[in-house]
Amino acid sequence: MTTLRALRRRDRTRGLIVTAALVLVLVVLSLLALALGAVPLGPAEVVAGLLGLPGAPGSEFIVRGVRLPRLLLAVLVGAALGLAGALLQSVVRNPLASPDIIGIAQGASAAGVLVLLTGAGSAAITGGAITGALVAASLAFLLGGRGVSGARFVVVGVAIAFLAQGVLGYALTRASLVDAGSAYFWLVGSVGSPSWDDIGLVAVVLVLSALLLAVVHRMLAVQSFDDTTARALGARPVAVRVGAIVVTSLLTAVAVGAAGPIAFVAFASGPIGRGLRGRGPALGTAALVGAASVLAADLLAQHVVPGSFQPPVGLVTGALGALVLLVLLVRDDRRKEHQP
Amino acid sequence: MKQRGRGAAIVVLALLAAVVASLALGARPIDLSTVMTAIVRPEWPTLDPIDAVVVRELRVPRTIVGLLAGAALGIAGAVMQGVTRNPIADPGLLGVSAGASFAIVVGLSIGVSGTLPLAATALLGALLASAVIAVLAARPRIANAPALLVVAGSAITALLVSATQLLLLSDPEALDQYRFWTVGALTARTLSDALALAPVLAVGAVVAALLARALDALALGDDVARGLGFGVRTSRAWSLVAIVLLAGTATALAGPIVFVGLVGAHLARRLAGPGHGMLLPLSGLAGAALLLVADTLGRLVAPPGEIEAGIVVAVLGAPVLIGLVRSRLGAAL
Repeated sequence: MTTLRALRRRDRTRGLIVTAALVLVLVVLSLLALALGAVPLGPAEVVAGLLGLPGAPGSEFIVRGVRLPRLLLAVLVGAALGLAGALLQSVVRNPLASPDIIGIAQGASAAGVLVLLTGAGSAAITGGAITGALVAASLAFLLGGRGVSGARFVVVGVAIAFLAQGVLGYALTRASLVDAGSAYFWLVGSVGSPSWDDIGLVAVVLVLSALLLAVVHRMLAVQSFDDTTARALGARPVAVRVGAIVVTSLLTAVAVGAAGPIAFVAFASGPIGRGLRGRGPALGTAALVGAASVLAADLLAQHVVPGSFQPPVGLVTGALGALVLLVLLVRDDRRKEHQP
Repeated sequence: MKQRGRGAAIVVLALLAAVVASLALGARPIDLSTVMTAIVRPEWPTLDPIDAVVVRELRVPRTIVGLLAGAALGIAGAVMQGVTRNPIADPGLLGVSAGASFAIVVGLSIGVSGTLPLAATALLGALLASAVIAVLAARPRIANAPALLVVAGSAITALLVSATQLLLLSDPEALDQYRFWTVGALTARTLSDALALAPVLAVGAVVAALLARALDALALGDDVARGLGFGVRTSRAWSLVAIVLLAGTATALAGPIVFVGLVGAHLARRLAGPGHGMLLPLSGLAGAALLLVADTLGRLVAPPGEIEAGIVVAVLGAPVLIGLVRSRLGAAL
């Protein structure tokens, strides 16, 4: 009894430490994001700009008009993607089943671009992205066969991702050059042109999802057992899976709609969060990791790359994430990949 | 034996039918005798000059490009599947074509021009991507779980595609041209380009053919292959050369195309068994037939416009891959 209590306490402490550390990292990165740039601002000016105090005249515009929206978009999109990835990976019990690998993000992109090319407004584009994400997710799960925790399911997802890329290619060849240009710009994944509508939408979906998951988190813990055990414990694994897939698709779709498909954040945040937290599913940690990753990648892209060229954040996360994935695959790890 | 002969005959007939369809069908259907006349005797008096132009300037070049690129991808797919012991390996799926494509765009942006120099850059890109895949495929963890290789390949492809798109963003003229090429099309290269690159493909095919017995031995496992007297490392190295030459040049010809290698090699294996002596040439023929059929379908679906062959292959090939994975074959993954 004492041992169990001690273990629980240690686990809670670890959770608090990890969360506090990640929040601290986020705060530091946020301050850097607000201070650095073509017009470097000192801390006093940043605070003045944020609060609208009478300080150096341009700093309010720079901070609130330019840097803050970009910061918010990066953090929210990163958190949404991190949460989406960790949720799907844990509910399907498959570390490779992440929305950017099994075609959900690609479906959202393809549908979003198709709508963008009809000239409809951003609400319709978001609606298109959501539809595309749900269609891709349904296809992956309906066609994936029984073993969703296995490798076969992932390959089915990859096939759907390539199919979505084909559809996307079709849309891009039918568009006018100007439209194709903006579509390509969006497709490389960038937080460079934030709109408050997008930010608001991602924030709303993220908060609602977080609330929902907080309410049902016990059900998610039981999900980590196989279906028979879960049912014996009174849970409803299929309903939980379907619900999780819908939530993942929504999160992915609004994130992709706001900032384009930012590669690998969904895939990597879950395992990193679980590694830090020590046990799964570590959804909150994954969201914080995702937010920090996108923000850090955006800062790297803006300030570290020499010259005036700024690679979009999707390329930075793509390069780093691909490296992480390849290193993970190359390491001969005998331990079981997913620990409940 | 008889079954293999029958299988070979089916593939050859399918390819002939695909060639005929590619030459005769389209927004302007042209009957076969007119096609033959246009090719052989273009000065024939009763020949409609428009038909002659369509056949000679449009259909023949794209048919030849389709034959060469499709065959190259089919053979490359069979070699990849043999050397990685992975039944769903494909040069497009594993990032080799994306590597070649990225290299071409980089080459263009730094001023490389001309068919052969661009093809050389494509080969470099294919080599880099193949090297990464080769290193990964050799790790025991991935050798035991072929699906992981596909995930790695899709990650590499995604990264390279995004880098390619980024490069194109800075040059709207290039963007306009290559958004049609990067989906995979048989119309981007002229006949003289195709004929200039044919020798490279031939070399790749010869290297692959010489590897047939080594690939058969590798299929039994590294140790068995060594015991049978085949150098595992040299065989793998030469397989890499063949894959790079074939897939890199195919990408230089027709842009990055997925699934043709996978489906072509799979069909060939179903029809004629796993022996690479028969499998490699039949994969080539099957790949060529598939690409031509896809191109023809793309012309027929939305006349007078057309859907590029690469898009048709992506849309039709994905269900085939899914079907493969769900079948008994998928149990091996």
